[in-house]
Amino acid sequence: MILAMDTSTDVLSVSLHNNQEIIEEYSSKNKNKHSTRLMPAIDRIMKEAKVTPQDLTKIVVGMGPGSYTGVRIALSTAKTMAWTLNIPVVGVSSLRALSLQASGDDLVCSFLDARRGLVYAGLYDKEGNEVLPEVNIMIDEWLEKLVALNKPVTFVSPDLATFQSLIRERLGERAQFKPKGHHLMRAGLLAEYGKDLAPTDPHLLVPNYLRLVEAEAKWLEKQKADQYDR
Amino acid sequence: MIKTDQINILAIETSCDETAAAIIQDGHTIVSEVVATQIDSHKRFGGVVPEIASRHHVEQMTQVLEEALTKASLTMADIDAVAVTEGPGLVGALLVGVATAKALAFSHQLPLIGVHHIAGHIYANQLIEPFQFPLLCLVVSGGHTELVIMKEHGVYEVIGETRDDACGEAYDKVARVLDVPYPGGPHVDKLAKLGSDTLNLPRIYLEEGSYDFSFSGLKSAVINTVHNAKQKGIELKKEDIACSFQESVVEVLVDKTYRASVEYGVKQVIIAGGVAANSRLREALRAKFSDKEVNLSIPPLALCTDNAAMIGAVAFNDYQKQAFSGLDLNANPGLDLEQYGKR
Ligand SMILES: [Zn+2]
Repeated sequence: MILAMDTSTDVLSVSLHNNQEIIEEYSSKNKNKHSTRLMPAIDRIMKEAKVTPQDLTKIVVGMGPGSYTGVRIALSTAKTMAWTLNIPVVGVSSLRALSLQASGDDLVCSFLDARRGLVYAGLYDKEGNEVLPEVNIMIDEWLEKLVALNKPVTFVSPDLATFQSLIRERLGERAQFKPKGHHLMRAGLLAEYGKDLAPTDPHLLVPNYLRLVEAEAKWLEKQKADQYDR
Repeated sequence: MIKTDQINILAIETSCDETAAAIIQDGHTIVSEVVATQIDSHKRFGGVVPEIASRHHVEQMTQVLEEALTKASLTMADIDAVAVTEGPGLVGALLVGVATAKALAFSHQLPLIGVHHIAGHIYANQLIEPFQFPLLCLVVSGGHTELVIMKEHGVYEVIGETRDDACGEAYDKVARVLDVPYPGGPHVDKLAKLGSDTLNLPRIYLEEGSYDFSFSGLKSAVINTVHNAKQKGIELKKEDIACSFQESVVEVLVDKTYRASVEYGVKQVIIAGGVAANSRLREALRAKFSDKEVNLSIPPLALCTDNAAMIGAVAFNDYQKQAFSGLDLNANPGLDLEQYGKR
């Protein structure tokens, strides 16, 4: 029995997968409640399915990017459960997880608003390979890369509304958008995707922040500048 | 049937920059204790960067837990409850501990106990000797300066607190004036030992009879004194600045603690928190209470700084009362001590 979870965006999503199919899935959009609601949500779907913690055989977790705090809530939960129940854990990029809503399309771009004109973005092909590495990038710069590919791209994002007109302007008819209702994280798809992937040592599983802490970035910049001065 | 003795509580503490876990038996015996400190990561920034602290916690937490169990030669099957600091502290840091504790409790269907960080600092003393009520505790740390009266386990009455900076915060600010490395408190303490109280800095007592504290005026006085001396071309000795500052802080802390101990007729006086490691404060308290009926309890240095053993010590009382938290337990960065005691 596989347990999957993601709290990297405003959506909390948990699911159970019995190695054949998704048997439980619960999603709730409520940004500031992940900490209070994740464990009760897991408890609830497991009770529904009459599954005990000892019945779990694997955990799949969305490891970001997204809200730093949100990413850590699911990751701390998943790491701890996997370690203490002595079962494998698989970390999947939350961008990748989001892109699963459009899997099968030629090129799928999933992205998240990272504020101040920045996005976290990924691009995957039909087979699920990463076409471009996942990045934290200015939206304009990202769209330039997509224009250069000169191919149709399907966009999946909970923050689509913020960028849809800009994307349409830059990519024209090559931009395709999944219909409403297909832009939120779904732990069911996450379980489906992660069920056969090789696990990571729970101690070594770390968030996929795609971004340095601001204080650290500034510090590194200063080190570089100091070196240059010398 | 609930067990009543040989209760092992696995406790977690991640409220600031230490990732800590411990196993405590019956609220007073440390079976094992692990603290992964992040001081080196924050040093270059001159203080704790909350996001960096949270990132370290999520990376180290399960390893720290494993080490705590290994050191104790125990498995989760030997654990009776999981305790965790729920607040106050840095919210992102607390959340890692809370999520971890809930996952552990859920995985093994164990009771979960949320603990107040300052209650933890107070109960660190319980790991040394049993409390004698009523007791008075002087809590002094980077985030807190409080005088707390306890008449029984788990009930806290705050009779005085700082109106501005916490005591440890004042130390950090003065450390910056003196240009000593982070963390500043221990360095100022060390310098002070080599200096003399020559600057006549103010002793800030506030209104007659008040048990509240204020340190921002003292900090400004240090800055002004240093500035004025510089203008006059006088070179003040760092050691004297540190000593003068420390004497002013310690005198007020000791004096108010002593007065409160008399007024409330307490049997025991204890100190708690990071600044309780300050050598001059420990020495001055010992001197002041040397010939008194009151029992003065000063925890060893290792139990003054943040650790998880103290959290497990608090949780034992909740375990006995079967006062458990739900799986919806949240991090509460502004958790109030008195309110926490009342629930
Ligand atoms: Zn503390």
